[in-house]
Amino acid sequence: MSVFHRFANPNRFLKLTNQVLPWVSGLTVLSLAAGLYMSFFTSPPDYQQGESVRIMYIHVPSAWMAMFVYTSIAIASVCSLIWRHPLADLAAKASAPIGAGFTFLALATGSLWGKPMWGAWWVWDARLTSVLILFFLYLGHMALMHAFEEQERGNKAAAVLAIVGFVNIPIIKFSVDWWNTLHQPASVMRADGPSIDPSMLWPLLIMGVAFKLFYIVVLLIRIKSELIEAKLRKYRRAVVDKAH
Amino acid sequence: MTRKSRRMYVLVVAIALLASATALVLTALDDNITYFYSPSDLKTKQVTVGRALRLGGLVEDGTFEKLDGGLKVKFSITDGAETVAVTYEGILPDLFREGQGVITEGSLNEKGEFVAHEVLAKHDENYMPAEVIEALKASGEWRGDEEQITE
Repeated sequence: MSVFHRFANPNRFLKLTNQVLPWVSGLTVLSLAAGLYMSFFTSPPDYQQGESVRIMYIHVPSAWMAMFVYTSIAIASVCSLIWRHPLADLAAKASAPIGAGFTFLALATGSLWGKPMWGAWWVWDARLTSVLILFFLYLGHMALMHAFEEQERGNKAAAVLAIVGFVNIPIIKFSVDWWNTLHQPASVMRADGPSIDPSMLWPLLIMGVAFKLFYIVVLLIRIKSELIEAKLRKYRRAVVDKAH
Repeated sequence: MTRKSRRMYVLVVAIALLASATALVLTALDDNITYFYSPSDLKTKQVTVGRALRLGGLVEDGTFEKLDGGLKVKFSITDGAETVAVTYEGILPDLFREGQGVITEGSLNEKGEFVAHEVLAKHDENYMPAEVIEALKASGEWRGDEEQITE
């Protein structure tokens, strides 16, 4: 529990964030540049899909992040509800718009990919529908956080929503195995190894890492600004109190 | 019991209940969540003539033909066990070919044929560079579908 509560102190957290942030930002730029270059120039066209396969290098990492960020929010919500960890609500609040952005990107690129490959922009199969529900869960989470006069109640309601909505995550992941869907089954995270050629798997994995780093950078910046805002509010209140 | 551990137990029990409730609902709705029927499902489910549904499977090799030299096409969809004949009039997706997975939307007619008004191509989970396939074909090692390479 000691490490867990160590960074509950906002000042210690801010100090660490300031130290880590330049490094993570640099790595994000590097991996994103390398990933994009490989995706667009060095990776080969697919034997069936031709050049359209390049949509995958944005679509798949976005979809991974859509699920990863939601899982992070759910974990943060558990920490918030059980241990009342002061940074947990902040992390959940800061994550939700990022996750919603990734989910939107996955849906939009998937739609652009679906039209030339499947012949449809959108179908109501289990995979696509469950991801759309995920997008709505993100929007609901953001709305609930701001729905109450007291931030504390909003945090609690949003945490409960995040945990309830977590049942959707395994449904998204396994929808393509449990039911007949138009969406193809998993190519990378599957029991008997990836069914994707290494020349295409590497750019995809690097993009996956870049997206994850991007999430960490934006998350840290957002938490930082929330903490600074809270500090400012405190000072302002102190000044006002003194004046009276 | 401390308040922390009580909160934890409540949460664990709530999540377990929620997960089982969701599992039950999804199992009950299995038929509605499934996006398409396979030819075998069609046989076992006793589908009535004219009921709108989706049928999916592989386009059987050697069954694709153009009717009246126009947009009207005929092919068979198979899942290995059962086969259903399909007629369709319209534009086929790029990935459509024999041996490829497709999903068709339409209904059965009196003759037991499936009349489709929409055909979607189902992509599989395999990704391979076009050049590798060319090389495999050149050396005679390729055992996949022989029909078509996009590009």
